[in-house]
Amino acid sequence: MTIVTDPHPIGADQALDADPAIALRRRENRLVLILQILFAVVSLGLWEWGSGRWFSGFWVSSPSEIVTTLWTMTADGRMVSAVSATVGVALAGFASGTVLGMGLGILLGLNPVVARVLDPYLVGLYSLPRVALVPLFVLWLGIGFEMKVAFTALLVFFPIFMNTLSGIRSVDADLIDVIKVMGASRWNAVAKVFVPSALSWVFAGLRISAPFALIGAVVAEMFSSNRGLGYLISLSASQFDTAGLFATLVVTTMLGLLLDASVVLIGRRLLHWQ
Amino acid sequence: MIPIVEFDDVSKVFFKGTVPIQALGRLNLSVREGELLAVVGPSGCGKSTLLNMTAGLMKPGTGAIRYKGQAISGANTQVAYVTQKDNLLPWRSVEQNIRLPLEMGPHKRLSEAEKRERVARYIAMVGLKGFEKHYPKELSGGMRKRAQLARSLVYEPDTLLMDEPFGALDAQLKLMLQAELLKTWEGSGKTLIFVTHDLTEAISLADRVIVMSGRPGRIIAIADIRLPRPRDVFHIRFQPEFGDYFEELWAALKQDLASGEAAT
Ligand SMILES: Nc1ncnc2c1ncn2[C@@H]1O[C@H](COP(=O)(O)OP(=O)(O)OP(=O)(O)O)[C@@H](O)[C@H]1O
Ligand SMILES: [Mg+2]
Repeated sequence: MTIVTDPHPIGADQALDADPAIALRRRENRLVLILQILFAVVSLGLWEWGSGRWFSGFWVSSPSEIVTTLWTMTADGRMVSAVSATVGVALAGFASGTVLGMGLGILLGLNPVVARVLDPYLVGLYSLPRVALVPLFVLWLGIGFEMKVAFTALLVFFPIFMNTLSGIRSVDADLIDVIKVMGASRWNAVAKVFVPSALSWVFAGLRISAPFALIGAVVAEMFSSNRGLGYLISLSASQFDTAGLFATLVVTTMLGLLLDASVVLIGRRLLHWQ
Repeated sequence: MIPIVEFDDVSKVFFKGTVPIQALGRLNLSVREGELLAVVGPSGCGKSTLLNMTAGLMKPGTGAIRYKGQAISGANTQVAYVTQKDNLLPWRSVEQNIRLPLEMGPHKRLSEAEKRERVARYIAMVGLKGFEKHYPKELSGGMRKRAQLARSLVYEPDTLLMDEPFGALDAQLKLMLQAELLKTWEGSGKTLIFVTHDLTEAISLADRVIVMSGRPGRIIAIADIRLPRPRDVFHIRFQPEFGDYFEELWAALKQDLASGEAAT
């Protein structure tokens, strides 16, 4: 028997670096970035230049005016208090929606009969455009913090509920059998298997469900409020203050991006085992 | 000596929609304490059903099953069950998965030090040292099987039930794991019921091999495998007696493989 050894061993990374596919991919990434920046510059430039020339500045404002307005609104504290009000509603709504969604999801996941009983009502509630419920919430809870939190929670509820249900239902019957033989009680099965499985699905779905918190808060504030980003949006619009409106939209967008980035970061930590 | 597991005229019917399927037909079997019993038979003949009943997860239709002379009611916590499917908890590391049985039932009362010692001992025993902090996703198929085996052994049950544990693995790995299983089992005094499709595997490992017929499953052959222990699974198949056992059992299995295929 002969044993052959490689006469020219090379390191794995050495081999990788030499591959032209890598350089090609790097070039492509750079090109995409340059084009993205170019796109922003050109569209902002066209907007600035065209404002008052091709279309009336009254309707579209202009980037420079928006930046100035954003600056004054930030300097006089209006923007900061709006952001903190909205974030407060979004967080409280998200927390309560998550508790409700997971609670009901676990209950229904573990009790198929209850799930069958409630199914048509949940489908009905899900099909109803939830914004239509705002007036009812206002009647019940007034136009304060509670009403906005309740509406946000309702929006967050469904995606969390669905994820929880999938998490419970994806548990392998085989696994439950095995742990019963290990001596597990029903409660052990719930605590050690069903709930962790539901949590892992909720974490995995966070990027879908978390944005509903911001949407809920802003929409509720637009309807009835004297605080928050939603309020600033509807106020600026009613005063025909397009620059203020755009400035608020810019801040709302940035808040949304920040939220998404933190959810991605948190998700990566929570789901490190995947 | 009373048998550790006793099947007394057991039959079982399942329903596929409205069609009844007779899975087991009047099966009689006594498992001796401390033996390694291998069960072979065509697909769908009721091998898993047999284990499910021993684990107390299914009731027999007619007949009775006794464990240490007692009727089984509810999950049988004196056994450990390694099922056909891979089912480690994906969000727990190897160490945490193996610890799972010690977090519930009667084992919860063990001291923390004892738990830690046991987990470490069984991790070492199945050759997973160095992988304690890994998650199931990061393990190969063979390593996941080892982790499942350690999870079953860690609470030190009297009887181990294994359902085609090495079925999905490649030939070399299968041999390695068979060797490790024998090393773990030989001298432990535990009873092991091992279900497999693979007659060579059955003869290499077992003290006794039973062959089941196609549905409805009955026992059509039993052979005592009098090969010396400790066994070397890599070479045992080249012994002349091995061939004799193989011929004898294959003759029984073959006639039913054909009819089993026809039935399904
Ligand atoms: N819970 C169940 N409900 C309905 N039918 C079942 C159930 N469990 C098993 N069966 C049927 O009973 C028969 C025997 O099943 P079993 O799983 O015991 O076979 P097996 O010998 O383990 O097969 P395999 O080698 O494919 O794993 C099969 O026809 C199967 O479809
Ligand atoms: Mg089976």
